[in-house]
Amino acid sequence: MAAFPARPQIIAREVDRPRRGWTTWLTTTDHKKIGILYLSTVLVFFVIGGVEALLMRIQLGTPENTFLTPEKYNEILTMHGTTMVFLVIVPVWAGFANYFLPLMIGARDVAFPRLNAWSYWMYLFGGIALYASVFFTPPEAGWFSYVPLSLKEFTPSNGQEAWIYMVHLTGLSSILGAVNFIATIHNMRAPGMGWGRMPLFIWSILIYAYLIILALTSLAASVTMLLLDRNFGTNFFDPNEGGSALLWQHLFWFFGHPEVYILVLPAFGVFSEILPVFARKPIFGYKAIAAATAGIAFLGMLVWAHHMFATPMSTVVLAFFMLSSFLIAVPTGVKIFNWVATLWRGTVEWTVPLLFCVGGIATFLMGGITGIFLAVFPVDWQLTDTYFVVAHFHYTAFGASAFAMVGALYYWFPKMTGRMMSEALGKVSFVLFFVGFHLTFLIQHSAGLDGMPRRIYEYSSASGWAVQNLISTVGAFVLALSVLLTIANVARSLKRGVVAGPDPWKANTLEWFTTSPPPENNFDTIPRVRSVEPMKDIRRQIERQTGVPQRFEAGKPMVRA
Amino acid sequence: MPVALTGALLLAPTASAGWFLPESGGSPNADGIRTLYILIAVIGLVIFIGVEGLLIYSMVRFRARKGRVAAQIHGNTQLEIGWTVGAAAILIFLTVFTFLLLPKIKNPARTDIGLNGQPVAAVGADFASTDQPAPPGDNNLNIKVIGQQYSWNFQYPRIDNKRVYANNDMYVPVGMTVTLDVESVDVAHSWWIPALGGKADAIPGYTNKMWFKIPLDAIKQGQSQVVYTGQCAELCGRNHADMVARVIGMRYDDWKAWYDSKAQQLQQAETEAANERKKLQSSEGQ
Repeated sequence: MAAFPARPQIIAREVDRPRRGWTTWLTTTDHKKIGILYLSTVLVFFVIGGVEALLMRIQLGTPENTFLTPEKYNEILTMHGTTMVFLVIVPVWAGFANYFLPLMIGARDVAFPRLNAWSYWMYLFGGIALYASVFFTPPEAGWFSYVPLSLKEFTPSNGQEAWIYMVHLTGLSSILGAVNFIATIHNMRAPGMGWGRMPLFIWSILIYAYLIILALTSLAASVTMLLLDRNFGTNFFDPNEGGSALLWQHLFWFFGHPEVYILVLPAFGVFSEILPVFARKPIFGYKAIAAATAGIAFLGMLVWAHHMFATPMSTVVLAFFMLSSFLIAVPTGVKIFNWVATLWRGTVEWTVPLLFCVGGIATFLMGGITGIFLAVFPVDWQLTDTYFVVAHFHYTAFGASAFAMVGALYYWFPKMTGRMMSEALGKVSFVLFFVGFHLTFLIQHSAGLDGMPRRIYEYSSASGWAVQNLISTVGAFVLALSVLLTIANVARSLKRGVVAGPDPWKANTLEWFTTSPPPENNFDTIPRVRSVEPMKDIRRQIERQTGVPQRFEAGKPMVRA
Repeated sequence: MPVALTGALLLAPTASAGWFLPESGGSPNADGIRTLYILIAVIGLVIFIGVEGLLIYSMVRFRARKGRVAAQIHGNTQLEIGWTVGAAAILIFLTVFTFLLLPKIKNPARTDIGLNGQPVAAVGADFASTDQPAPPGDNNLNIKVIGQQYSWNFQYPRIDNKRVYANNDMYVPVGMTVTLDVESVDVAHSWWIPALGGKADAIPGYTNKMWFKIPLDAIKQGQSQVVYTGQCAELCGRNHADMVARVIGMRYDDWKAWYDSKAQQLQQAETEAANERKKLQSSEGQ
């Protein structure tokens, strides 16, 4: 890299003896190791949350089933929602951001590496605090813990306290992590990387971090009020003592709706990174996508009461929250149009990461459209709290976030491990994932329209919901099979995957500039950034200087895997 | 698209509910919601097919093949402004349409028959939303719906100074506008009979409003009643799934007979209980 002027910098590589052994995983402050710790922990919780989903699907597979007792069903329902939101999707983005944020902006670590390690351990212990309750009395008031049901009078068990401690620990973990990401992004970008040259995944992580600070602090205050009401005699939520049961719903959704965007904005960031790489075309409308991300986050703070359209509220309030929910569809739509336009006239390679992204966009679009139904409050009066809503938010949260997280795994696995995952196995996994998902959730719209409420542990055979539920249960097992295949693919590829090299995809961003896996200091030299796609510039420069073609040629296989 | 829209709206009354549409047929508000649902579904379907079509088309048409070169396009401001404005225009249309249909869904319909069973002359509409004054109350049947773990309790207004309440089965006359005051005595519940309109959350400390009017012709010939079922729609504890309710529509005379006999039963039960109490008190006194 003689082409780049030498800049004074500190290089720690090969000065200290590299530490090895399992204890380094406990003491590490390296953002990459912490990223891997996050991602492995997420995988464990994802499997646990998935098994909980399967247990519920078995119970609902046939009418009047007695596989689970009502008590167990409510516990599993609560654990599934809580696990997937707090222990899987929020931290999975913290995991990917941990590993790739410094690499993508050309930094050697995050701004506060020790705080970063603390964030991870708080997350782990938050998860353990919740799951320890499984051996005693798990929480059973739902992941939303509506009062008065979650008050001591109706839920006396300490599982509710376990839930509160988990929210506190993982919340603090996320907030500190967010502070870290913000500080890193604001201060540690490579020379030349202005705001207009920052990768879109980093834009989405920046906004994810700001949303976490706004939303999770609010939740921390709310669950503290719940803790006080339950144990120390306050009456924030008890209507018999002058408190308000509706207050909790407002406070919870004031966190809960921004949370939805905390879950999906980084997924949008992943789509915006992976699509241009495999379409071999720049992202269409970079500025519009970055602006839309900020717009969605801002509007996302103003829509919370659309979760509460059936509560006693005046028409003015209903109309306000309908219109704000409509508004948010505009920047979301803009993103989808931009992604389609990115593929348009490109040379699209059907790699596994791309398939997961396109599958995710196709799925999310459906969730976005059913969101319009739910935003129209009179229609919501029919649909809210039914399986239509269950289908809707799985189309958004699973459609965007879970598709994106598996896509991101296939995309970045070579960088993290130095080896490729099997494309063939990945494609089978994708097909099962896509088919299994739609088999599970498409039919749930119908169940909801037919009058099936959410969160019921059983239904009678006279209800007419048996067929829909059986289809859904079969779909859930197909989905589970796909996840198993991807896990098998990870296990196989760690040892036997094709060696990737630094830049197997011929991608656009700086993480591909360094070796795979990257050394502890990430980069010996940090290149100057001249565009949104610095790796394209670097390949062009190498081509000019050496005469060896570096560019991608359509139809030529990149890596055999 | 207007053709598709008109077609769908015309088909609506005959299309079967269940798999594709929300339930309706029991009350004008449920029918209004269904009309609104169909309108959004038509617009949504057009967008869905259009965008998914473009997505699949670009995946297939522009798949990487030897010799193909990707066009290096960074954006197109006109196009981007165009689709932003287009998306906003569709939403403005939806907003307007929602507010056009809203009164039919939200405000209780004029009752066909009064509490005395006589047809009612056209007078001003009644309102029962949370931010409107309560209805005058002489022509509507106003029932207090009280949710509790795990049953629904219905308190009827006094007619001829009789007191009536019922559990889980709500008997109402067809053709009469029924307004509901939905409350809870313990945790949050949600009142919902799908064919009779939307949900009203029952939240302790608050009174929520809902209404329905079963059409006069809902009872088929040769039958004496029409039954609509529903269940609690807000997680309210372990037996949430078993908190079911039925609304049973009867012809006015049948309903009045039910009301009177129910009142008598309750009166009798109360008298017996009072006698029982007296007996106990006097035996204790001895």
